[in-house]
Amino acid sequence: MGVLSFKGWIADAPSWIRSLPEGLQELFFQLYQTFIYNDRWQFFASGLKITFIVTIGALFIGIIIGLVLAIIRTMKESYTAKKAPLVLRILNSITELYLTVIRGTPMMVQLLIMGFVIFIPKSEESRVLCGIITLGINSGAYVAEIVRSGLMSVDKGQAEAGRSLGFSYAKTMWYIVIPQAIKNILPALGNEMITLLKDTSLVSVIALRDVTKQTQNIIAKTYTAMVPYISLAVIYLVIVIAMTKLLGAFEKRLRKSDH
Amino acid sequence: MTTENNTVVKVENLQKSFGAKSVLKGISLEIKKGEVIVIIGASGSGKSTFLRCLNCLEDPTGGNIFFDGVDIADPSVDINVHRQKMGMVFQQFNLFPHLTILRNMTIAPMKLLKMSKEDAEAKALELLDRVGLKDRANDYPNKLSGGQKQRVAIVRALAMNPQVMLFDEPTSALDPEMVGEVLDVMKKLAEAGMTMVVVTHEMGFAKEVASRVLFVDKGVVAEENTPDEFFTNPQNPRLKEFLSKVLA
Repeated sequence: MGVLSFKGWIADAPSWIRSLPEGLQELFFQLYQTFIYNDRWQFFASGLKITFIVTIGALFIGIIIGLVLAIIRTMKESYTAKKAPLVLRILNSITELYLTVIRGTPMMVQLLIMGFVIFIPKSEESRVLCGIITLGINSGAYVAEIVRSGLMSVDKGQAEAGRSLGFSYAKTMWYIVIPQAIKNILPALGNEMITLLKDTSLVSVIALRDVTKQTQNIIAKTYTAMVPYISLAVIYLVIVIAMTKLLGAFEKRLRKSDH
Repeated sequence: MTTENNTVVKVENLQKSFGAKSVLKGISLEIKKGEVIVIIGASGSGKSTFLRCLNCLEDPTGGNIFFDGVDIADPSVDINVHRQKMGMVFQQFNLFPHLTILRNMTIAPMKLLKMSKEDAEAKALELLDRVGLKDRANDYPNKLSGGQKQRVAIVRALAMNPQVMLFDEPTSALDPEMVGEVLDVMKKLAEAGMTMVVVTHEMGFAKEVASRVLFVDKGVVAEENTPDEFFTNPQNPRLKEFLSKVLA
Protein backbone atom coordinates (compact mmCIF):
# COMPACT_ATOMS: atom_id res chain seq x y z
CA MET A 1 0.00 0.00 0.00
CA GLY A 2 3.03 2.27 -0.16
CA VAL A 3 3.36 5.24 -2.44
CA LEU A 4 3.38 4.23 -6.06
CA SER A 5 6.45 5.53 -7.91
CA PHE A 6 6.19 7.02 -11.36
CA LYS A 7 9.26 5.08 -12.54
CA GLY A 8 7.81 1.74 -11.49
CA TRP A 9 4.42 2.56 -13.03
CA ILE A 10 5.68 3.77 -16.40
CA ALA A 11 7.78 0.65 -16.84
CA ASP A 12 4.61 -1.50 -16.70
CA ALA A 13 2.41 0.96 -18.61
CA PRO A 14 1.06 0.11 -22.07
CA SER A 15 3.29 1.25 -24.93
CA TRP A 16 0.83 3.93 -26.19
CA ILE A 17 1.24 5.76 -22.90
CA ARG A 18 4.98 5.49 -23.03
CA SER A 19 4.92 7.10 -26.47
CA LEU A 20 3.06 10.19 -25.11
CA PRO A 21 4.82 13.47 -24.20
CA GLU A 22 6.16 13.56 -20.65
CA GLY A 23 3.51 15.92 -19.27
CA LEU A 24 0.67 13.67 -20.39
CA GLN A 25 2.47 10.63 -19.04
CA GLU A 26 2.55 12.36 -15.65
CA LEU A 27 -1.16 13.19 -15.89
CA PHE A 28 -2.09 9.59 -16.66
CA PHE A 29 0.06 8.47 -13.77
CA GLN A 30 -1.77 10.86 -11.44
CA LEU A 31 -5.17 9.72 -12.68
CA TYR A 32 -4.10 6.11 -12.27
CA GLN A 33 -2.98 6.50 -8.70
CA THR A 34 -5.99 8.65 -7.80
CA PHE A 35 -8.67 6.35 -9.16
CA ILE A 36 -7.40 2.92 -10.15
CA TYR A 37 -4.45 1.97 -7.94
CA ASN A 38 -5.68 -0.06 -4.96
CA ASP A 39 -9.26 0.50 -6.22
CA ARG A 40 -9.20 4.07 -4.92
CA TRP A 41 -12.33 4.97 -6.90
CA GLN A 42 -14.14 3.26 -4.08
CA PHE A 43 -13.20 6.19 -1.87
CA PHE A 44 -15.11 8.46 -4.20
CA ALA A 45 -18.02 6.04 -4.41
CA SER A 46 -18.41 5.63 -0.67
CA GLY A 47 -17.89 9.37 -0.20
CA LEU A 48 -20.60 10.16 -2.72
CA LYS A 49 -22.97 7.83 -0.93
CA ILE A 50 -22.46 9.78 2.29
CA THR A 51 -22.81 13.07 0.40
CA PHE A 52 -26.16 12.00 -1.05
CA ILE A 53 -27.44 10.59 2.24
CA VAL A 54 -26.59 13.81 4.05
CA THR A 55 -28.09 15.95 1.28
CA ILE A 56 -31.38 14.07 1.16
CA GLY A 57 -31.65 13.69 4.93
CA ALA A 58 -30.91 17.37 5.50
CA LEU A 59 -33.35 18.42 2.80
CA PHE A 60 -36.06 16.32 4.42
CA ILE A 61 -35.45 17.85 7.85
CA GLY A 62 -35.10 21.29 6.29
CA ILE A 63 -38.45 21.05 4.53
CA ILE A 64 -40.25 19.95 7.68
CA ILE A 65 -38.67 22.70 9.79
CA GLY A 66 -39.18 25.22 7.00
CA LEU A 67 -42.87 24.37 6.58
CA VAL A 68 -43.59 24.66 10.28
CA LEU A 69 -41.72 27.96 10.60
CA ALA A 70 -43.32 29.41 7.49
CA ILE A 71 -46.81 28.53 8.71
CA ILE A 72 -46.11 30.06 12.12
CA ARG A 73 -44.90 33.29 10.51
CA THR A 74 -47.73 33.44 7.99
CA MET A 75 -50.31 32.79 10.71
CA LYS A 76 -48.83 35.55 12.83
CA GLU A 77 -48.96 37.93 9.89
CA SER A 78 -52.60 37.09 9.22
CA TYR A 79 -53.48 38.91 12.44
CA THR A 80 -53.23 42.44 11.18
CA ALA A 81 -56.02 44.21 13.01
CA LYS A 82 -56.03 42.49 16.38
CA LYS A 83 -53.31 40.97 18.50
CA ALA A 84 -52.36 37.38 17.79
CA PRO A 85 -52.85 34.84 20.60
CA LEU A 86 -50.01 34.60 23.14
CA VAL A 87 -48.91 31.09 22.08
CA LEU A 88 -48.55 32.22 18.50
CA ARG A 89 -46.60 35.31 19.48
CA ILE A 90 -44.21 33.19 21.56
CA LEU A 91 -43.77 30.69 18.71
CA ASN A 92 -43.19 33.54 16.31
CA SER A 93 -40.50 35.03 18.56
CA ILE A 94 -38.75 31.66 18.75
CA THR A 95 -38.96 31.39 14.99
CA GLU A 96 -37.45 34.81 14.51
CA LEU A 97 -34.63 34.03 16.94
CA TYR A 98 -33.94 30.78 15.10
CA LEU A 99 -33.86 32.49 11.72
CA THR A 100 -31.56 35.23 13.00
CA VAL A 101 -29.08 32.85 14.64
CA ILE A 102 -28.98 30.28 11.83
CA ARG A 103 -28.75 32.77 9.01
CA GLY A 104 -26.38 34.98 10.93
CA THR A 105 -23.67 32.41 11.59
CA PRO A 106 -21.55 30.44 9.09
CA MET A 107 -22.54 26.86 8.42
CA MET A 108 -18.93 25.83 9.16
CA VAL A 109 -19.21 27.27 12.66
CA GLN A 110 -22.56 25.55 13.17
CA LEU A 111 -20.99 22.24 12.18
CA LEU A 112 -18.04 22.77 14.54
CA ILE A 113 -20.37 23.55 17.43
CA MET A 114 -22.67 20.61 16.73
CA GLY A 115 -19.76 18.22 16.10
CA PHE A 116 -17.44 19.22 18.92
CA VAL A 117 -19.61 20.90 21.56
CA ILE A 118 -23.16 19.52 21.45
CA PHE A 119 -23.10 16.06 19.83
CA ILE A 120 -19.50 14.87 19.89
CA PRO A 121 -20.35 11.82 17.72
CA LYS A 122 -18.18 8.75 18.22
CA SER A 123 -19.21 6.39 15.41
CA GLU A 124 -19.50 6.90 11.66
CA GLU A 125 -23.31 6.51 11.89
CA SER A 126 -23.66 9.15 14.57
CA ARG A 127 -21.41 11.47 12.55
CA VAL A 128 -23.74 11.03 9.57
CA LEU A 129 -26.69 11.80 11.81
CA CYS A 130 -24.92 14.83 13.25
CA GLY A 131 -24.22 16.08 9.72
CA ILE A 132 -27.82 15.56 8.60
CA ILE A 133 -29.25 17.31 11.65
CA THR A 134 -26.88 20.27 11.45
CA LEU A 135 -27.43 20.82 7.74
CA GLY A 136 -31.16 20.21 8.14
CA ILE A 137 -31.42 22.83 10.86
CA ASN A 138 -29.45 25.22 8.69
CA SER A 139 -31.48 24.50 5.58
CA GLY A 140 -34.76 24.85 7.50
CA ALA A 141 -34.09 28.54 7.97
CA TYR A 142 -33.75 29.07 4.24
CA VAL A 143 -36.63 26.77 3.31
CA ALA A 144 -38.83 28.73 5.72
CA GLU A 145 -38.28 31.89 3.73
CA ILE A 146 -38.87 30.05 0.45
CA VAL A 147 -42.15 28.60 1.70
CA ARG A 148 -43.24 31.88 3.23
CA SER A 149 -42.71 33.78 0.01
CA GLY A 150 -44.54 31.00 -1.82
CA LEU A 151 -47.52 31.30 0.51
CA MET A 152 -47.47 35.08 0.17
CA SER A 153 -47.38 34.81 -3.61
CA VAL A 154 -50.90 33.37 -3.60
CA ASP A 155 -53.43 36.16 -4.09
CA LYS A 156 -55.16 37.26 -0.89
CA GLY A 157 -58.52 36.89 -2.60
CA GLN A 158 -58.00 33.13 -2.71
CA ALA A 159 -57.88 32.85 1.06
CA GLU A 160 -60.84 35.23 1.36
CA ALA A 161 -62.88 33.13 -1.07
CA GLY A 162 -62.03 30.03 0.94
CA ARG A 163 -62.95 31.67 4.23
CA SER A 164 -66.17 33.10 2.78
CA LEU A 165 -67.30 29.58 1.88
CA GLY A 166 -66.87 28.59 5.52
CA PHE A 167 -63.45 26.93 5.46
CA SER A 168 -61.40 27.42 8.62
CA TYR A 169 -57.98 29.06 8.39
CA ALA A 170 -56.25 25.66 8.41
CA LYS A 171 -58.57 24.13 5.80
CA THR A 172 -58.23 27.20 3.59
CA MET A 173 -54.46 26.82 3.75
CA TRP A 174 -54.62 23.10 3.06
CA TYR A 175 -57.15 23.02 0.22
CA ILE A 176 -56.70 26.42 -1.40
CA VAL A 177 -53.45 28.22 -0.60
CA ILE A 178 -50.81 25.49 -0.22
CA PRO A 179 -51.62 23.66 -3.48
CA GLN A 180 -51.17 26.92 -5.35
CA ALA A 181 -48.05 27.87 -3.40
CA ILE A 182 -46.28 24.57 -4.15
CA LYS A 183 -45.95 25.43 -7.82
CA ASN A 184 -44.16 28.65 -6.89
CA ILE A 185 -42.05 26.97 -4.22
CA LEU A 186 -40.71 23.98 -6.13
CA PRO A 187 -38.14 25.77 -8.34
CA ALA A 188 -36.64 27.61 -5.36
CA LEU A 189 -36.68 24.40 -3.37
CA GLY A 190 -34.72 22.74 -6.17
CA ASN A 191 -32.10 25.45 -5.93
CA GLU A 192 -31.95 24.93 -2.19
CA MET A 193 -31.27 21.26 -2.83
CA ILE A 194 -28.34 22.15 -5.08
CA THR A 195 -26.96 24.58 -2.50
CA LEU A 196 -27.33 21.91 0.15
CA LEU A 197 -25.46 19.35 -1.93
CA LYS A 198 -22.51 21.70 -2.30
CA ASP A 199 -22.64 22.67 1.35
CA THR A 200 -22.30 19.04 2.42
CA SER A 201 -18.61 19.37 1.52
CA LEU A 202 -18.26 21.18 4.85
CA VAL A 203 -19.17 18.09 6.88
CA SER A 204 -15.58 16.93 6.39
CA VAL A 205 -14.72 19.19 9.36
CA ILE A 206 -16.53 16.79 11.68
CA ALA A 207 -14.58 13.91 10.12
CA LEU A 208 -17.58 12.67 8.20
CA ARG A 209 -16.29 10.71 5.19
CA ASP A 210 -18.19 12.49 2.46
CA VAL A 211 -16.71 12.78 -1.01
CA THR A 212 -14.59 15.82 -0.05
CA LYS A 213 -13.12 14.11 3.00
CA GLN A 214 -12.43 10.97 1.00
CA THR A 215 -10.60 13.03 -1.60
CA GLN A 216 -8.42 14.41 1.16
CA ASN A 217 -7.81 10.85 2.30
CA ILE A 218 -6.60 9.95 -1.17
CA ILE A 219 -4.26 12.95 -1.20
CA ALA A 220 -2.86 11.75 2.12
CA LYS A 221 -1.81 8.62 0.26
CA THR A 222 -0.63 10.06 -3.06
CA TYR A 223 0.94 13.28 -1.76
CA THR A 224 -0.34 15.15 -4.81
CA ALA A 225 -3.37 17.40 -4.69
CA MET A 226 -4.06 18.59 -8.20
CA VAL A 227 -5.78 15.64 -9.84
CA PRO A 228 -7.84 14.58 -6.79
CA TYR A 229 -9.12 18.08 -6.08
CA ILE A 230 -9.89 18.90 -9.69
CA SER A 231 -11.61 15.53 -10.03
CA LEU A 232 -13.63 16.39 -6.95
CA ALA A 233 -14.69 19.68 -8.48
CA VAL A 234 -15.69 17.89 -11.69
CA ILE A 235 -17.74 15.37 -9.70
CA TYR A 236 -19.67 18.14 -7.91
CA LEU A 237 -20.10 20.04 -11.16
CA VAL A 238 -21.47 17.04 -13.05
CA ILE A 239 -23.98 16.30 -10.29
CA VAL A 240 -25.09 19.93 -10.09
CA ILE A 241 -25.48 20.18 -13.87
CA ALA A 242 -27.51 16.97 -13.91
CA MET A 243 -29.73 18.24 -11.09
CA THR A 244 -30.19 21.59 -12.81
CA LYS A 245 -31.23 19.85 -16.03
CA LEU A 246 -33.68 17.62 -14.17
CA LEU A 247 -35.18 20.57 -12.31
CA GLY A 248 -35.46 22.52 -15.55
CA ALA A 249 -37.37 19.68 -17.20
CA PHE A 250 -39.54 19.36 -14.13
CA GLU A 251 -40.33 23.07 -14.11
CA LYS A 252 -41.23 22.94 -17.78
CA ARG A 253 -43.72 20.18 -17.07
CA LEU A 254 -45.17 22.17 -14.20
CA ARG A 255 -45.63 25.16 -16.45
CA LYS A 256 -47.25 23.03 -19.13
CA SER A 257 -49.93 21.97 -16.68
CA ASP A 258 -50.31 25.58 -15.63
CA HIS A 259 -53.97 26.32 -15.38
CA MET B 1 -85.73 31.54 10.19
CA THR B 2 -83.41 33.42 12.48
CA THR B 3 -84.68 35.97 14.99
CA GLU B 4 -88.28 37.13 15.14
CA ASN B 5 -90.56 36.98 12.07
CA ASN B 6 -88.60 36.82 8.82
CA THR B 7 -85.48 38.88 9.47
CA VAL B 8 -82.41 37.19 8.02
CA VAL B 9 -79.71 39.59 9.16
CA LYS B 10 -80.00 42.32 11.74
CA VAL B 11 -77.15 44.78 12.03
CA GLU B 12 -76.99 47.10 15.02
CA ASN B 13 -74.68 50.08 15.28
CA LEU B 14 -71.89 48.38 13.33
CA GLN B 15 -68.51 50.04 13.65
CA LYS B 16 -65.17 49.32 12.09
CA SER B 17 -61.91 51.14 12.40
CA PHE B 18 -58.49 50.36 10.99
CA GLY B 19 -56.15 51.60 13.69
CA ALA B 20 -57.13 55.17 14.40
CA LYS B 21 -59.05 55.48 11.15
CA SER B 22 -62.77 54.99 11.63
CA VAL B 23 -64.39 53.61 8.48
CA LEU B 24 -67.83 52.59 9.70
CA LYS B 25 -69.37 54.87 12.29
CA GLY B 26 -72.44 52.97 13.35
CA ILE B 27 -74.61 51.34 10.70
CA SER B 28 -77.88 49.62 11.50
CA LEU B 29 -79.84 47.57 9.01
CA GLU B 30 -82.48 44.89 9.11
CA ILE B 31 -82.59 42.60 6.12
CA LYS B 32 -85.75 40.61 5.61
CA LYS B 33 -86.06 37.34 3.77
CA GLY B 34 -86.18 37.83 0.01
CA GLU B 35 -85.07 41.44 0.13
CA VAL B 36 -82.49 42.82 -2.25
CA ILE B 37 -80.50 45.57 -0.55
CA VAL B 38 -78.37 47.60 -2.92
CA ILE B 39 -75.62 49.72 -1.40
CA ILE B 40 -74.11 52.57 -3.36
CA GLY B 41 -71.58 55.18 -2.44
CA ALA B 42 -68.37 56.82 -3.53
CA SER B 43 -65.14 54.87 -3.26
CA GLY B 44 -63.77 55.10 0.26
CA SER B 45 -67.24 55.61 1.71
CA GLY B 46 -67.07 52.30 3.60
CA LYS B 47 -69.64 50.39 1.53
CA SER B 48 -67.34 47.46 0.74
CA THR B 49 -66.04 47.38 4.30
CA PHE B 50 -69.64 47.17 5.51
CA LEU B 51 -70.31 44.21 3.25
CA ARG B 52 -67.10 42.49 4.33
CA CYS B 53 -68.05 42.99 7.96
CA LEU B 54 -71.33 41.16 7.39
CA ASN B 55 -69.50 37.84 7.15
CA CYS B 56 -66.61 39.01 9.32
CA LEU B 57 -63.99 38.98 6.57
CA GLU B 58 -63.25 42.23 8.34
CA ASP B 59 -63.76 41.90 12.06
CA PRO B 60 -66.16 44.60 13.26
CA THR B 61 -64.76 46.73 16.05
CA GLY B 62 -68.17 47.52 17.50
CA GLY B 63 -71.87 46.72 17.26
CA ASN B 64 -73.77 43.50 16.62
CA ILE B 65 -74.69 41.37 13.64
CA PHE B 66 -77.48 38.93 14.36
CA PHE B 67 -77.58 36.08 11.91
CA ASP B 68 -78.60 32.50 12.31
CA GLY B 69 -79.75 33.20 15.87
CA VAL B 70 -76.43 34.48 17.18
CA ASP B 71 -74.37 37.65 17.21
CA ILE B 72 -71.64 36.78 14.71
CA ALA B 73 -69.76 39.98 15.54
CA ASP B 74 -68.94 38.31 18.86
CA PRO B 75 -65.36 36.97 18.47
CA SER B 76 -66.17 33.88 20.55
CA VAL B 77 -68.66 32.67 17.93
CA ASP B 78 -67.35 30.05 15.49
CA ILE B 79 -67.71 32.19 12.39
CA ASN B 80 -66.89 29.33 9.99
CA VAL B 81 -70.21 27.62 10.64
CA HIS B 82 -72.18 30.79 9.91
CA ARG B 83 -70.17 31.76 6.87
CA GLN B 84 -71.34 28.52 5.24
CA LYS B 85 -74.80 30.07 5.14
CA MET B 86 -73.63 33.41 3.74
CA GLY B 87 -72.51 33.27 0.14
CA MET B 88 -70.09 35.90 -1.08
CA VAL B 89 -69.18 37.03 -4.58
CA PHE B 90 -66.06 39.13 -5.09
CA GLN B 91 -65.07 41.78 -7.57
CA GLN B 92 -62.09 39.68 -8.67
CA PHE B 93 -64.13 36.42 -8.88
CA ASN B 94 -61.53 34.53 -6.82
CA LEU B 95 -62.16 31.20 -8.45
CA PHE B 96 -59.59 28.61 -7.41
CA PRO B 97 -57.25 28.37 -10.42
CA HIS B 98 -55.84 24.97 -9.48
CA LEU B 99 -59.26 23.31 -9.54
CA THR B 100 -61.69 22.65 -12.37
CA ILE B 101 -64.98 24.55 -12.45
CA LEU B 102 -66.76 21.49 -11.13
CA ARG B 103 -64.27 21.02 -8.31
CA ASN B 104 -64.45 24.73 -7.50
CA MET B 105 -68.13 24.17 -6.88
CA THR B 106 -68.01 20.85 -5.06
CA ILE B 107 -65.06 21.33 -2.73
CA ALA B 108 -66.94 23.31 -0.06
CA PRO B 109 -70.15 21.21 -0.09
CA MET B 110 -68.08 18.02 0.08
CA LYS B 111 -65.58 19.09 2.72
CA LEU B 112 -67.87 21.23 4.87
CA LEU B 113 -71.40 19.88 4.40
CA LYS B 114 -70.06 16.31 4.00
CA MET B 115 -72.09 15.92 0.83
CA SER B 116 -71.22 12.84 -1.23
CA LYS B 117 -69.26 13.39 -4.43
CA GLU B 118 -72.23 12.29 -6.55
CA ASP B 119 -74.70 14.59 -4.83
CA ALA B 120 -72.33 17.55 -4.87
CA GLU B 121 -71.56 17.08 -8.56
CA ALA B 122 -75.18 16.62 -9.52
CA LYS B 123 -76.06 19.80 -7.70
CA ALA B 124 -73.11 21.68 -9.20
CA LEU B 125 -74.04 20.62 -12.72
CA GLU B 126 -77.64 21.66 -12.17
CA LEU B 127 -76.48 25.09 -10.98
CA LEU B 128 -74.02 25.43 -13.86
CA ASP B 129 -76.82 24.54 -16.25
CA ARG B 130 -78.87 27.36 -14.79
CA VAL B 131 -76.17 29.89 -15.75
CA GLY B 132 -75.49 28.24 -19.11
CA LEU B 133 -72.05 26.86 -18.26
CA LYS B 134 -72.70 23.17 -17.81
CA ASP B 135 -70.44 22.30 -20.74
CA ARG B 136 -67.51 24.09 -19.07
CA ALA B 137 -67.61 21.96 -15.91
CA ASN B 138 -64.28 20.27 -16.57
CA ASP B 139 -62.42 23.36 -17.72
CA TYR B 140 -60.06 25.30 -15.52
CA PRO B 141 -61.02 28.87 -14.61
CA ASN B 142 -58.37 30.49 -16.82
CA LYS B 143 -60.22 29.15 -19.86
CA LEU B 144 -63.26 31.29 -19.05
CA SER B 145 -64.04 34.92 -19.78
CA GLY B 146 -64.54 37.35 -16.92
CA GLY B 147 -68.32 37.18 -17.20
CA GLN B 148 -68.25 33.39 -17.18
CA LYS B 149 -65.93 33.36 -14.19
CA GLN B 150 -68.27 35.59 -12.24
CA ARG B 151 -71.27 33.43 -13.11
CA VAL B 152 -69.35 30.42 -11.82
CA ALA B 153 -68.41 32.35 -8.68
CA ILE B 154 -72.10 33.05 -8.06
CA VAL B 155 -73.16 29.44 -8.41
CA ARG B 156 -70.17 28.29 -6.37
CA ALA B 157 -71.54 30.32 -3.49
CA LEU B 158 -75.06 29.03 -4.18
CA ALA B 159 -73.86 25.43 -3.96
CA MET B 160 -73.66 25.90 -0.19
CA ASN B 161 -77.40 26.74 0.02
CA PRO B 162 -76.81 30.13 1.61
CA GLN B 163 -79.54 32.09 3.35
CA VAL B 164 -78.14 35.34 2.07
CA MET B 165 -75.80 36.31 -0.76
CA LEU B 166 -73.30 39.15 -0.50
CA PHE B 167 -72.04 40.76 -3.70
CA ASP B 168 -68.99 43.01 -3.52
CA GLU B 169 -68.96 45.04 -6.74
CA PRO B 170 -69.53 41.90 -8.83
CA THR B 171 -69.37 43.67 -12.20
CA SER B 172 -66.66 46.26 -11.55
CA ALA B 173 -63.81 44.14 -12.91
CA LEU B 174 -65.70 43.08 -16.04
CA ASP B 175 -65.44 44.30 -19.60
CA PRO B 176 -68.58 46.32 -20.37
CA GLU B 177 -70.03 43.72 -22.74
CA MET B 178 -69.96 41.11 -19.98
CA VAL B 179 -71.73 43.10 -17.30
CA GLY B 180 -75.16 42.19 -18.64
CA GLU B 181 -74.77 38.42 -18.39
CA VAL B 182 -73.76 38.66 -14.73
CA LEU B 183 -76.55 41.10 -13.84
CA ASP B 184 -79.03 38.77 -15.55
CA VAL B 185 -77.99 35.92 -13.28
CA MET B 186 -78.35 38.18 -10.26
CA LYS B 187 -81.78 39.33 -11.40
CA LYS B 188 -82.98 35.76 -11.79
CA LEU B 189 -81.62 34.99 -8.37
CA ALA B 190 -83.52 37.92 -6.89
CA GLU B 191 -86.71 36.85 -8.66
CA ALA B 192 -86.29 33.37 -7.20
CA GLY B 193 -86.49 34.95 -3.75
CA MET B 194 -82.85 34.98 -2.65
CA THR B 195 -81.97 37.49 0.03
CA MET B 196 -79.19 39.64 -1.36
CA VAL B 197 -76.92 42.49 -0.31
CA VAL B 198 -75.26 44.07 -3.33
CA VAL B 199 -72.55 46.72 -3.39
CA THR B 200 -72.50 48.04 -6.92
CA HIS B 201 -72.20 50.99 -9.26
CA GLU B 202 -74.86 49.59 -11.57
CA MET B 203 -77.68 52.11 -11.06
CA GLY B 204 -79.89 50.30 -13.58
CA PHE B 205 -79.73 47.15 -11.50
CA ALA B 206 -80.54 49.11 -8.34
CA LYS B 207 -83.57 50.75 -9.94
CA GLU B 208 -84.90 47.55 -11.38
CA VAL B 209 -84.17 44.90 -8.78
CA ALA B 210 -83.58 46.51 -5.38
CA SER B 211 -86.14 46.40 -2.59
CA ARG B 212 -84.24 49.16 -0.86
CA VAL B 213 -81.28 51.28 -1.83
CA LEU B 214 -78.77 52.57 0.71
CA PHE B 215 -76.40 55.45 0.17
CA VAL B 216 -73.35 55.07 2.38
CA ASP B 217 -71.26 58.16 2.94
CA LYS B 218 -68.38 58.69 5.39
CA GLY B 219 -69.19 55.48 7.25
CA VAL B 220 -72.90 56.05 7.86
CA VAL B 221 -76.10 55.34 5.93
CA ALA B 222 -76.82 58.84 4.61
CA GLU B 223 -80.01 57.85 2.83
CA GLU B 224 -82.18 54.77 2.61
CA ASN B 225 -85.25 54.45 0.44
CA THR B 226 -87.16 52.49 -2.14
CA PRO B 227 -85.44 52.69 -5.53
CA ASP B 228 -88.18 54.94 -6.94
CA GLU B 229 -87.89 57.56 -4.25
CA PHE B 230 -84.15 57.13 -3.99
CA PHE B 231 -83.45 58.01 -7.61
CA THR B 232 -86.28 60.46 -8.39
CA ASN B 233 -86.37 62.32 -5.13
CA PRO B 234 -83.01 62.17 -3.31
CA GLN B 235 -82.82 64.22 -0.12
CA ASN B 236 -79.22 64.11 0.98
CA PRO B 237 -77.10 66.76 -0.78
CA ARG B 238 -74.13 64.38 -1.07
CA LEU B 239 -76.38 61.79 -2.68
CA LYS B 240 -77.72 64.39 -5.13
CA GLU B 241 -74.18 65.26 -6.08
CA PHE B 242 -73.23 61.58 -6.37
CA LEU B 243 -76.23 60.71 -8.52
CA SER B 244 -75.69 63.68 -10.80
CA LYS B 245 -72.17 62.38 -11.43
CA VAL B 246 -72.94 58.69 -11.98
CA LEU B 247 -76.16 59.19 -13.93
CA ALA B 248 -74.78 61.90 -16.16
